[in-house]
Parts: sequence; structure tokens; C-alpha cells
Amino acid sequence: MTFLPIILWTDGVIFALVLIAGLAIRQIRRSPQLRDAWRKVFAKPIGFATFVALGFFGVIGIVDSLHYRPALPAEPGVEKQYSGEVLSALDALLAPLRLNTEKTYSAPLATRLFARETVEFEGGGQARIFPRLVFGGAHLASEDEWVSDVLKRVSVGLLVGGVLTGLLWLSVRRAAMRESPRASSADGLHASASEPEPAWRAAVLTMGALLVVSAVIISLASGYHVFGTDKVGQDVLYLTIKSVRTALVIGTLTTLVMLPFAVALGILAGYLGGWVDDAIQYLYTVLNSIPGVLLIAAAVLMMQVVIDTHPEWFSTAAERADARLLALCVILGVTSWTGLCRLLRGETLKLRELEYVQAARAFGVGTVTILHRHVLPNVMHIVVISLVMDFSGLVLAEAVLSYVGIGVDPNTISFGTMINAARMELARDPMVWWSLVAAFVVMFLLVLAANLFADVVRDVFDPRRV
Amino acid sequence: MLGLALLGGCADVWNNPYPGEGAGEGILYSAFISRPKHLDPVQAYSEDEATFLYQIYEPPLQYHYLKRPYTLEPAAAAAMPSVLLYDASGKRLAPDAPPQSVAYSVYEVRIKPGQMYQPHPAFAKDAGGNALYQWPDSERLGDRKAISDFSDTGSREVVAEDFEYQIKRLAHPHLHSPILELMSDYIVGLRDYAKKLRDTAAGAASVGWIDLREYPLSGVEVVDRYTYRIRLNGSYPQFPYWLAMPFFAPVPFEVDRFFAQPGMAERNLTLDWWPVGSGPFMLSENNPNSRMVLVRNPNYRRDETYPCEGEPGDERAGLLADCGKVLPLLDKVVFTREKESIPYWNKFLQGYYDASGVSSDNFDQAVQMGGQHDVSISDEMQDKGISLLTSVAPTVMYMGFNMLDPVVGGAGERARKLRLAISIALDQEEFISVFLNGRGVPAMHPIPPGIFGYREGEAGVNPLVYDWVDGKPRRKPVSEARKLLAEAGYPNGRDLQSGEPLVIYLDTTGTGVGGKAQVDWLAKQFRKIDVQLVVRSTDYNRFQDKIRKGNAQLFYWGWNADYPDPENLLFLLYGPQGKVKSHGENAANYENPEFDRLFERMKAMSDGPERQAIIDRAIAILQHDAPWVWGFYEKAYSLQHGWLHNRKPGRMIRNGLKYQRIDGEARAVARREWNRPERWPLLLVALLVTAMGLPAWLDYRRRERATATVNEH
Amino acid sequence: MFGYIVRRALYALPILLGVNLLTFALFFVVNTPDDMARMQLGAKRVTPEAIENWKAERGYDKPRFYNDKAFGVSKFTDTIFYDKSLKMFAFEFGAADDGRDIAEEIRSRMVPSLAIALPTFLLGLYVTVSLALLLVFFRQTALDFSGVVLCVAMMSVSSLFYIIGGQWLVAKIWQLVPISGYTGGLDGARFLILPVLVSVVAGIGANTRWYRTIFLEEVSRDYVRTARAKGLSELRVLFRHVLKNAMIPVLTGVVVVIPLLFMGSLLVESFFGIPGLGSYTIDAINAQDFSVVRAMVFIGSLLYIVGLLLTDISYTLVDPRVRLE
Repeated sequence: MTFLPIILWTDGVIFALVLIAGLAIRQIRRSPQLRDAWRKVFAKPIGFATFVALGFFGVIGIVDSLHYRPALPAEPGVEKQYSGEVLSALDALLAPLRLNTEKTYSAPLATRLFARETVEFEGGGQARIFPRLVFGGAHLASEDEWVSDVLKRVSVGLLVGGVLTGLLWLSVRRAAMRESPRASSADGLHASASEPEPAWRAAVLTMGALLVVSAVIISLASGYHVFGTDKVGQDVLYLTIKSVRTALVIGTLTTLVMLPFAVALGILAGYLGGWVDDAIQYLYTVLNSIPGVLLIAAAVLMMQVVIDTHPEWFSTAAERADARLLALCVILGVTSWTGLCRLLRGETLKLRELEYVQAARAFGVGTVTILHRHVLPNVMHIVVISLVMDFSGLVLAEAVLSYVGIGVDPNTISFGTMINAARMELARDPMVWWSLVAAFVVMFLLVLAANLFADVVRDVFDPRRV
Repeated sequence: MLGLALLGGCADVWNNPYPGEGAGEGILYSAFISRPKHLDPVQAYSEDEATFLYQIYEPPLQYHYLKRPYTLEPAAAAAMPSVLLYDASGKRLAPDAPPQSVAYSVYEVRIKPGQMYQPHPAFAKDAGGNALYQWPDSERLGDRKAISDFSDTGSREVVAEDFEYQIKRLAHPHLHSPILELMSDYIVGLRDYAKKLRDTAAGAASVGWIDLREYPLSGVEVVDRYTYRIRLNGSYPQFPYWLAMPFFAPVPFEVDRFFAQPGMAERNLTLDWWPVGSGPFMLSENNPNSRMVLVRNPNYRRDETYPCEGEPGDERAGLLADCGKVLPLLDKVVFTREKESIPYWNKFLQGYYDASGVSSDNFDQAVQMGGQHDVSISDEMQDKGISLLTSVAPTVMYMGFNMLDPVVGGAGERARKLRLAISIALDQEEFISVFLNGRGVPAMHPIPPGIFGYREGEAGVNPLVYDWVDGKPRRKPVSEARKLLAEAGYPNGRDLQSGEPLVIYLDTTGTGVGGKAQVDWLAKQFRKIDVQLVVRSTDYNRFQDKIRKGNAQLFYWGWNADYPDPENLLFLLYGPQGKVKSHGENAANYENPEFDRLFERMKAMSDGPERQAIIDRAIAILQHDAPWVWGFYEKAYSLQHGWLHNRKPGRMIRNGLKYQRIDGEARAVARREWNRPERWPLLLVALLVTAMGLPAWLDYRRRERATATVNEH
Repeated sequence: MFGYIVRRALYALPILLGVNLLTFALFFVVNTPDDMARMQLGAKRVTPEAIENWKAERGYDKPRFYNDKAFGVSKFTDTIFYDKSLKMFAFEFGAADDGRDIAEEIRSRMVPSLAIALPTFLLGLYVTVSLALLLVFFRQTALDFSGVVLCVAMMSVSSLFYIIGGQWLVAKIWQLVPISGYTGGLDGARFLILPVLVSVVAGIGANTRWYRTIFLEEVSRDYVRTARAKGLSELRVLFRHVLKNAMIPVLTGVVVVIPLLFMGSLLVESFFGIPGLGSYTIDAINAQDFSVVRAMVFIGSLLYIVGLLLTDISYTLVDPRVRLE
């Protein structure tokens, strides 16, 4: 093998998450009630569109989670060795972006460095000029061609993206036709009220927009730094794409960590009452009353000490950084389960008094069974809602934590570390705005999609809503 | 909105952060980033603290403001101290006696008569001549919270006893002077004195005032009202440099007694918080969270005048224009706390800071840099009349190899070649241009320019890392590094025997802004020679711990010289200073007997060709062994507005505020010019609110009417 | 009512004790007394003796929880935990690691923090509640929909962006207010405008959406329909009935945070150079001065508990049906 697959801790959890998601989908397909609810989500244009956008980010994140260590060139008489550097499938795909570094800042699509440098001419003498980039626009024979070249690349991108979108639209139509031949002919006249049609048009439009933008970026990226380069000449586009995984990990793993706590403790407290309730209430009031940032700061520092005192646990830098990321998720999870727990406790208190639960109890059904059969399914909507609602908040929190200095490992590429580094760049003249803007825009898109999706999910699942 | 309009009514500049203070006055506006931790002259040691402390306390000596290399001149002293050397039998030796034969040396300092302390309540006396604010209990302290709450003040002449008192304070068990350990090696009897005080303090029932006057210190002798002598073990030619620091400034015992009263410390009324000195300024407002204000000390001696001679070029730069004027030239200095760099910088551009004091990453916008020595400011800055000052600071930043490490450390040839390969591969020139915007000079050895022992030109170049080409040093090519790496047994970055890739670990604290960029850059440099760099960033304490225990492999470190003498830099590699061995300052734990011998000889010599020869040899040894990646010497770098005069860069000179002058008129004009508020956004906001409200209102009316009609039915 | 308050106050004691134990345990794993000493004594020329001295002087050389060598009660009182943590119950915060009195510091920093937090809170409440009512008034129209989308968009922007953007636009480009700084008194108003504005704008998205949800729930109730059927104007219905009845859920969210306003805002205070408790906390975290952090945690949790209590009391004021037993 030319590479050694590596499963980092967070990778493992992500794969587990994908598996859980798969199981959940199977469960949903089985239960008519849930299937109905989700159908409603996808019937809303915003619901489906944001789902597609989130899926797009999700795919980036998953591809970025397939880690490996490349093999070093074989040498005679030596056992096969692997590089100490851990890469991901995404790194392999983006190898040109990752490896084509400049000396320092360059503006988006620039052909020259952002800072002047003294260059010595061969014939003697020197001048202070903006030197040409090593990679950006290096294929141009003369910089006069820049405009036409950029336009050409953009139009190629638009064309490819457009064609792909068209193909997608056709295939969706065909698939839809095959599934219900009448639906397309009569435009949903026959679709029953209980089974609303998915909003295919919004989904395809979103996917199309993503495809077109990606195609344009890919087309440009083969010759330029689309979002410019940062202080040490790394491609900002590469950094932003890599940040997506970190954001997703923090957004999803944290909720995954806190979920068992919140659900188990919340339901137990609500259902059993008595001293169990008192103890659990005590626990979450204590945790809740400590100002969040301080609790997180203390825990992060503590965990750092643990990581530092056991360097032997981690054979590569990536594993260290990954351990810190996972620990951050755990800490965020431990500090944020209290809200959901309280909600669930309240809901269970109500459910406990319902007739069928009372009846089940009277028939001597075991507590575990009651909780599993009757209580849990009836609080699931709260869990789903808070899951999607928390996601965006956590992604935003990471940026602030990095500012305070208690965020992810400085080696980890994340929106937080990008924004933190970019704060200084705004003070330059002329301003270096691109890394900040790139990080903000991509983060904004991710969070906006998550928020809008969460809104739709809540509308559908919350029975009390108008 | 209303508030804005009101403000707009009363001034045509809306964004002045100093309400009520005129721009036209002789006030200097400056900023500080982190709050000073200590303002007690035996404790303060960092630059943050020096900013304030050197203006308030006046030690016996100071550096000449304009002359370079740095030269000492008398400040509180009447003349430079005289030195007498004695041998073990107490016989006087000639001044040029060999250092080995010197058993102890005596420094005699005569101070200027007639110097007065700043006005302070500790000196206030009642009609009977007793201290006014000396109370048996905290009752009468009342609700006084600041020094300004004490209505009466007094002053007193500075006498030799005050200098003696301060030297005794170095040994005070509660003050933790950072230089106590060092000074105990030199000042006769100081170590025993510290022990005696510790025992006394431990024996005392309460933590009260220890009247140090009752405990004599054998090494210091007050000869008369204006003269004192300090006895040192052996010869220590660097001692006068210490006499230019607040550690040796006069402190009156009255002040210590005043602050030791019950109830004072609980209100932060301590000398650590409210300094009392005889220097040109005194601290009038003390809020380290947001604002510190120095005002002119009315009692400052009148014989301190602006220097009339300097370096060639100073005349042209206008630095001699104020020759002979009585100092200080400023009435007041306002320091504002500015934690974030963006506001700091923008306020400087708006004219609300007169200079951007510190050399920090965020000021790089103004500067365009070319090669290493080619730094200028942008046209926009020049139009504003901003000028740039640079000078090389007596600071060396380096990356140390832990010599105890099995891979990179040790005296073996293999590790040495590996160290050299890394030294060549790490392109300091690029680092300086990317991260410091040219504010640095690549280092060849530990001694920065401006300090004796540094050599210009080819003689000063590290021949193992640089080639001398066309009259300039040029870093050896990466191929050279790769060759060395192969010779060390790691061809292409892989161990020859096992084939395993070579991994180097760097330990950093790496929390600051830009930490990530530096890590990325370093990884890039190591990739050039196919070595993988793993950065272990950790918090400050863990980092210190690793260094102390010798668990680090590679680390960044820097040293800010205490005084301009090569001894203060070369000692960083002196074997007995080993970090692991003796908690010294030799963080690389480097040990080479020959270097140590040379260092010991060099230390006690006075500057001259002989000393230079020994330094050259010592440096050659260091360059051969390569215990550090010789990083760079920092360039102090400051931007200033056109109305600020008499600023000359020089990191050693920390008491420079008294020389500076402000052209208030010019500043007032510029501030008005640069800060014209844009009023249209206010109008726009008003319009926007109306525009958003109008359709809502119309729609509301429509609905109301609709309901009304429905109801009529 | 009085009995209830006393009972709740007593109930707070074990919670505070728990908070204390937890933070004490967390921080002492991170920061041994040796670390604190090193942090405070600086990087240059620190000797082991100096560290021992420092620890002894500040009482960090004692055992953590249980003192073998002492007698009687002082087996427990002559420990770091008692000295540094339990004494906080008597509001004795002691000195920070740099030797300055924490209580004094907190007193002087409370004012600037409140000067930012209180106007932000009131103005924010006013703006977001009115916006939410507006959206509810226009419910199920395009205006409502775009309003909600706008709210979500505003929520999705990092708070750092609001601060950096606000400073850049208002203070740098338009030069309407000072970029940063603080003074007491009326003059200080000009420094407060921008941070307050930025904080209010940053909070609009999330809060408006939240209030809208609450109001919408009320609007769908029967009594609202009845009121409307009675012929009351829509505006009157909203303000008289909906707003009044939505008070309980609104109070649940709002009253809890009122005491916490004292704690200040970490980001805003740092960027605008306001010497409040928020920036004190950040400084302490960065300097790893855990005496300060411990004190802030204690005060924070105390205020939180006070907030919970106030919430309960406020219910009785809004709705006479609620009785506290």
C-alpha cells in the first residue's frame, strides 16, 4: 500500500455519526409518523434547499475525515516507512492548493505579491517592486492577458456548472416521473394532502448554484489563488475549505456528546422525581451557574495539561491536535447539556401524568420499558429541535473561544483561528481583508443554512406551533 | 441619535477620546498594552513597568540620551562613581590589576546635594515636626482610597542614606527582588542580610514594617550626608550599569513606614502601587485598567538640562535644538490602556496618540520594507507628517536546541551537523521580512550591534551558515543543509539505519496572534530539508516546566539585555548558568569548558582589543557548536507624528520622556483637520428608519380601516 | 413569600459550595502554586527560593483540603481550600496573585461594566420587543417572512464581526465617536454609544426571533380571538393582551440575565478599552491568575442564583395567580 489509513478519534466519531444517521433514516422510513414529518420538511423550499447546502458542507467534512499517512519512497534494505504527516482525502484532492504557496500575502486572483521587495537584477542594480507570484497567474505570458484569462476561466466555470445543473435537473425530473408518473403530468394535482411533494425545484436550484460556484472556483483555482494567500503564503481557499470540517465536528460532536447525558438525566429526573430529581437538578444548577466561558477555560486548560504531560499518547501532531479538538467538543458538550436536560425534565413531568402512561404503570410495566416505549418517543421532537438549533451556536462559539485563547489547537485550521489571525491584518494599509472575509462568508453560509434548516424543522416538529 | 446630535452641537470634533483636555497643551499622549504588575523599584523588571518607573525614580546614573554606543553619565550622582580595588589582604591595587587578584572592589558614589522628593503625604509634618499621617490604627484612615485623598504633603532632601535603604530593600523578604540572587553574589554581606531579615520577619507576630535602618548591611556604608560606598566581592566592571536602574534609586524610609500602616494595603495603598521618587515626573493618576497619568514633579532638580552633544547626524535631525533647556520639557504624560491593536493604531492615525511606542506586529501597515536595511514609511503616512525611527535593540531572539536532548543535543558530531543543517534551512531573512516587516537583523551570534564585541562586515559573519558574496552575507543554499543532514545520518530526512522519518519537536507557548502563521512558516522551512516538524504548543507554565526539566527539544527564546555589555549576552551560554543544572538562564543547557573559560576571562576585562580577541574566539566556538539557531536582533521601531520632538530610538534608554517635547498647536490643528465627522450617515439612518416605518404605517392604516368596516357590518 | 425566599437562599448554599469545589478542583489541576509563583515572578532570574518564598507568603504552601499537622478545627481551616475558596462565602476575596485586592478591583470595575451592559440591555429589550411585535402584527405576510430570514442572517454573523465592522465604519471612516476608551461621568457617554450600539445590533437577530415565537404563541390563544371579536383594534390587542400575557415566558428569559449584567461582556470590553469586569476576567484568564477567576466564578454563580430567585418573584408581580409557597 502506498498509504497507511489513519482513523483519528474525531474521524471515528464522525463515521459513527454517519452510521447513526443511516440507522435513523431507516427508522424514519419505517415509522409513518416520522416519515410524514420529514416529508413536510422537504416539502418546504427552504427546508430542502438548506438541507442540500448542509449536505454539500457535510460531504466536504466527510471527505476531509478520511485520513492517511503517505508512504515514503522505498529504499533498499529498509522496512517500509510512512511519513509522519497525516493527510486527508481532501488534502489529496486539493494538493495543488495546499502545496502552491507563495512567500506572503497576495490579493485574491492577484499575479503579484502584496508587499514590495527589493529585487536584484542580473546585470546589477536593484529595484523595489511587487514581485510576480510563484504560482498565481504564473501561466500568463504577460499580465495584460489577466483580464481575458480570468474572464475565460469564469465563463468555462459557468458553462460547466450550468451544464451540470441542467443534467441534474433532467435526472431529477426523470426520477420523479418514474416514481409517480401522474405527478409531473398533472403537476401535483393528485398528490394527496398527507404526502406533500418534496420541493425539488428549490433543491436543484441550490445544488445548481453550488455547482456553478464550485465550477467557477475550480476553474480559477487552477491558475490563481482565488481567495488570495495569507501571511505565510498559504492559499486562503484551502484554509476555508479545511475549516469546514472543524466547524462541523464542533457543531455535531458536541451535541452528540451531550445528548446521552441530557436525555437520560432529563427523563429520569422528570419521571422518577424524588431524590433523583433533586440530585440531577442540583447538578445542572451548579454547572449552569458557573459562567460558561470560565468553565470552558478551566476545562480546556486542564485538558491541555493532560495532553502535555502524556506526549507518548500521540505519535503525530495531527493526533495531538485531534485529541484537543475532541476534548473541546466534550467540554462544550458537558457545559451545554443543562438546557436540554431542563426542557426534557419539564416535558417528562407532563407526560408522566398522561393517562396511557399511568395505565401502563398500573399494569406493572417496568420503568425502563415505559421510558423507552412511551416517554422517549414523545420527547424526541424536542431533542431534534435542540440538536439542529444548537449546531449554529456552537460553530459561532468556536470563533469566540479561539479569540479568548481557549479554542482549538493552533495547528488546527478553523474559522476561529483564521478570524483570530486576520484581526491583525485589518490594521495594515492597504488592508488585507480577504482571509477575514472568506472565513466570515463561508461560516455565514454554513450557519445560515443550519439556522434556516433548524427553523423549518422546528416549525414541523413542534406540535404547539401555529 | 439624540446624544450624537447633542455632541455634535458642542464640538466640531466628535471622536476626541480625551474630553476636557486641550490638544494645545504640553501633554504627551501614549498607550500601554499590558498593565504594569509592579511599580516598586526593587521588584519591577519588565518593559511595561520600566515605561513608568524610569520617569519617576532617578538612580545614580543614566545613559546619555543621544550618544551611541551607550555611555553612562551621572544622574542623581554628582560624578561617575570612583572604583577602588583591593586584594585579599586589604591592600589597594592599581585600577588595571588583573581581575583574578581582586578580592573586593569599592564603589564610592557622591550624589548631588539639594535634590528633593516629589510632594507626598508621607513627608507631611504637623506643627511639632512629627509625621502627620502616622496613626496607630486604621480608624483615622477614613475613606481615603488614593494618595490624592491626603490633603497635606511634604518633601525632603534626597540623602545618601536613602540609597543605602533601597539596597537593603533588595533583601526584604516580602519584596522578592528578582536581582537579589545575582546581587548576593557581589554585594558583601547581602546574602546573610537577606537571611537575617527572613528570620526576623518569620519571628515577628504580624507582617508589619521592618525598619531596615536598624539592621546594618556590611557591604554598604554611608560616608556622609551625600556619599555612600558599596563593597563588592571580586571585580565586577558591569556594576555601574546596575546603578542606572531603579533597583538602586533612592527610596525614603518615611514612605515605607507610611504604607506599612494598618489598613493601607487593603486599599491598594502600597509603594508597589503608588511610587514615590525624585525623578522628573510623578504618578498623579493610577488606574492601570485604563489610565495612568504622569505629571511634572515640581521638586525635580533644576540642573538637569537637555544635552548639547550627540552623535553625528543628531544636529541635522533637530535633536540638539533644545540644548541647555531645563528638563522635563513636558508637563504631563497621559497613558491610556489599549488592549486591542486595531483601536490603538487607528487612534494613532487620528492623532490621538503622539507616537506608536512599542514595536509590535500591528504597525506594519505604515511601513514598506525592502531588503533588511531598507525600511521606509508609506506616502500616505509621510503626507501626515509621520516619521519612522528605527534602531537595533539590545535584544537577541533565537531558537535554542536543548543540548541534553538525545537527537539534537550533545557534543557529538552527528547532532552538531543536524543542528547546523537546521540553522541553514531556517531562513531568518524570510522570517524577518514576513513576520517583522524588516524589523530585525539576522543574528550571527548572541551579541547584537551596538554592544562591544559585535563586528561589522565579513569578520562578523557566521561562516558556517553564511557565505560572503559580493561584500554581503548570503545564506548557504538548502543543498548545503541537505548535505549536512546526510552527513549526520539522515539522508532526505530519514534515519539511515531504520529508515524512519526524522521528526523534530518544537515547543512553544503559541497562544498569541500570529502564532499559527509562525508555526505554518516553520513547518514550511523544515519541509525544505524533508524533516517533519511537530509543534507542541502549550501554556506558559507547562512550557517553562519543560524547559526547566530539559524535556524540550527546540524552543523559541529571547533575551533583552539588562545593560550594553557582552557579558550580559554571552552568559546565556555559560555552562554554570545551565537551566536544568542550576536554574540559570542558559536555557539550551550548553556546556563547553573552553567557552566557559573564555567567558570568565572576558567578563572581568574592560573593553579593548584584547577583550575583542577573546570574544571572537568564544563566538567562533559557539558558531561551530551551533547550540542556537541564531535568530535575529530586534529592531526597535517607532512611528511618531510631526509635532513630537526629540525622540531618539534606543531601547536601553528608558527614561527618555523628560527629553521629549510637544508642539501642541500643530497637534490641535492636525486633529481638527483629520477628524471631521461624517454627518450624512446620521441623516441616512433617519431616512432609513422612516422609509422602513412608512409602509408599515400605511399598511397598518389600511388594516385598521378594514377592521373598522368589518365591524360596521 | 419571605419564607420562600429564605428557603431558596439556604438552597443556594450547597449549590455555591458545589461550584466552589468544582472550580477549585479544576483550577488546581491546571495551576499548581508553583505555576502561579512563576507566572507572577516573571521570566528573568527566578530562583527556587523566590518561589518558595512567594508561596509561603501567600499561603499556597499549605495542604489543599486537609491539614495533618494542624489541630482541631484548623485541620480543615488551615488549608488552601478554606483560605482561598470558602472564605469567599464571607465575601473575602483576598488579593490577586499580583498582590492587589480583588474586592476593591471588583468594586471599581463594576461601574464601567454596568455602564455598557445596562443601556445595552434596556435598549436591546426595547428594540427587539418592538421589532418582534411588528413582525407578529404582520404575521404570515412577506414582511414577516423576510424579517425572520433577516433575523436568522443576523444571528449567523459572528459577534466579532459586529465589533470589528462597527469600529471600522462608525469610528474610523465616519469619525463620529472615539474608537475606544472610557471615562466616568457624563463625558463618558460618547465612549459608550458605539459599544452599546454594536451590542444591541448583535443581539437583534436572536432576540427578535425568540420574542416573535413567544408572541405568536399568545396570539393564537382563544382570549385573543375573543378580544378581537369584541372589536378591539389589532394594535390594542397586541399591546394590551398579548404583551401582558407573554410576560411570563419573557421574564423567564430576561430576569435571569439582569444580575449577570454585572459580569460585563468579555469581547466588547476588550475591544473598546472599557475597564470593566469582563476585561478583568479575560486578563485573569490570560495571566492565569486564578484567584481572580475563582472570585469571578463565585460572583457569577451567586448572581445567577439571585437571578433565578428574582424570576420567581417577578412572576408573582406580573400574574397574581402565581403564589410562592
